[in-house]
Amino acid sequence: MNYQFDFAFLAERWPDFVAGAWLTIQLTVASIALGLVVGTICALARVYGGPWLRRPVGAYVELIRNTPLLVQIFIVYFGLSSLGLKLSAEVSAVIALVVNGGAYTTEIMRAGIQSIQRTQLEAADCLGLTRLQTILHVVLLPAMERVYPALTSQFVLLMLASSITSQISTEELTATANLVQSDTYRSFEVYIIVAVVYLGLSALYRFAFWLIGLVLFERKRRLGTAL
Amino acid sequence: MIQLNANHFLYLLQAATWTLLLSLIAFVGGSIVGLAIALLRVSKSAVLRGVASGYIQLIQGTPLLILLFLSYFGLGIAGYKLVPIVAAGLSLTLYAAAFLGEIWRGCIESVPRTQWEASDCLGLNRFQQYAYVVLPQAVRLAIPPTVGFMVQIVKNTSLASVIGFVELARAGQIVNNSTFEPFTIFVVVAAIYFAMCYPLSLAARALERKAHVGR
Amino acid sequence: MSDAEAPREEPRDAIVRIRDVVKEFGALRVLDGVGFDVAPGQVAAIVGRSGSGKSTLLRCIAGLETVQAGSITVCGHDVGRPGSAARAQLRRDVGMVFQSYNLFPHLTVERNITLALTLVKKESRDEAMVKAAEVLSLVGLTDKRTAYPEQLSGGQQQRVAIARSLALQPQVMLFDEVTSALDPELTAEVLAVMEDLARRGMTMITVTHEMGFARRVADLVVFMHKGKVWEIGPTDELFARPKTAEFSQFVSSEL
Repeated sequence: MNYQFDFAFLAERWPDFVAGAWLTIQLTVASIALGLVVGTICALARVYGGPWLRRPVGAYVELIRNTPLLVQIFIVYFGLSSLGLKLSAEVSAVIALVVNGGAYTTEIMRAGIQSIQRTQLEAADCLGLTRLQTILHVVLLPAMERVYPALTSQFVLLMLASSITSQISTEELTATANLVQSDTYRSFEVYIIVAVVYLGLSALYRFAFWLIGLVLFERKRRLGTAL
Repeated sequence: MIQLNANHFLYLLQAATWTLLLSLIAFVGGSIVGLAIALLRVSKSAVLRGVASGYIQLIQGTPLLILLFLSYFGLGIAGYKLVPIVAAGLSLTLYAAAFLGEIWRGCIESVPRTQWEASDCLGLNRFQQYAYVVLPQAVRLAIPPTVGFMVQIVKNTSLASVIGFVELARAGQIVNNSTFEPFTIFVVVAAIYFAMCYPLSLAARALERKAHVGR
Repeated sequence: MSDAEAPREEPRDAIVRIRDVVKEFGALRVLDGVGFDVAPGQVAAIVGRSGSGKSTLLRCIAGLETVQAGSITVCGHDVGRPGSAARAQLRRDVGMVFQSYNLFPHLTVERNITLALTLVKKESRDEAMVKAAEVLSLVGLTDKRTAYPEQLSGGQQQRVAIARSLALQPQVMLFDEVTSALDPELTAEVLAVMEDLARRGMTMITVTHEMGFARRVADLVVFMHKGKVWEIGPTDELFARPKTAEFSQFVSSEL
């Protein structure tokens, strides 16, 4: 390949990449946090709820997991707008990512919650804890600890999937790349740079989750063993 | 503004066949390369293992969309103008190979150590061990997660729309541009994807259950 | 709740009163008309072969299972039927110790004990920690306060489980084969704690295979067979003069 690599544009355009990456981080941190809440509530509904709760949640999970994120984003941004609900690109992006991430998180958290033996619940019951107290103090943290690697991977994937929101003009990292390459015609270089930035973000997110894990899971921090 | 009619629906269905075709290309290509990656990952050479591992980390750490842009716009500027379907096929193949390689490596490593030892004692060389004892068992373990990943492949073909390939998602955009009913159109598009993916998801789960019962 | 047709003279102050309890799991009848009383401060040992229904009975008393017929009254609360509002109050009066200890693995020993104190009895952290220290010294594990369950032996975990229930100051303690999962050396330390509790006047109902412990510590022995109370009576009398062949066989097989 006799292509001349030329990264000169970086000297001028690097703030754009930083801005784009920063928006990616903001969008995905919000989506991850909300997605975790949605996923946990839905997982609890699926494990402890009656059929009138389990079926809608099950349907939600199957619908999201069997349709592409791109189409989901179009429905939220273009579709809702045509129905009268005009949302900004960023808000639409977060909604779509939360709905999407929430479905996958539901399945992961469900596995974690189901791994808590019934005898633990019985012991809590005999001690007089209410259902809610049992969930908050006995079930949730150990459940999350058990599936933490899967959760981490899922959230990193969500961050990478945020690149798709560039298609509704959210000015995150991928959209920035498209913009810069259309200005400078240095497509190869631009996308390589952005790929490297995403790789860096992946590593950064994994590190952040590892740190959070240390804070949340005190027993693991002190003893180093698996639950 | 044109009214939505049955012709539009037929157009979407036609595009869905292109979705299936691209999915097939990605799956076949991804399987071939993925198998190579998996074998490299379990090879005796640390260098080969490292190369395969690096490849997987690279692909799994970048968005598929960027991969698509690199293979279409990037290569295009560099002088290798690929038509959308080829660029999409290439990107999806490389993407699928990384994930399938990782899945299959896990399956190969799940074959119990004792199988290796037994076949070794019977005098089989490494190639024969793989071909006659280990891989057949690994394949049986691999079927449920592989079928599950096929669902991801079908969904990921939607991104090929971004580089202009007219599969189902792009067809939806085209129809929308002339009828301006995005909610209905994209819900129908989602429904068609669902019709393609849900059976695969169900099959994957059924295979998973069977695999566990048979143990 | 009828106590009119009691066949024999009943102690007016029975703290646990079981009458004609029937418990079915689907088509399987596990408890077939069980009834007896336990007085305050009494130690009752429920013995019998596996499948005789003894653990199920204990779980019914604890409110973990509901019964199809009959009544179970603990400290004046009817706990046998589903939807009993009394069950919340029951939790304060009854402590249950399980065969598999069921400590919360992600919490320290101290937090295992203080959890219910702070959440259920609404005590402050400091008050709870004082109580935890008290019960831990009762079971002889003061130095394990900040350890995690996985760092303890089976016997130590079981003693913590006993302490955890004790901290809530129950009126009745239930023990469900609490030494069955332990190695013989560790069984002794748990039985010692239970013996100590009995000496202090705790009302205890224990399902057990430890015949030596039952003979030494129990006031009342209930022998269950095929879901019924086959023999019942004061310990010495029952073991000295077994009335049924089944109980004789059972006793000789356990020695």
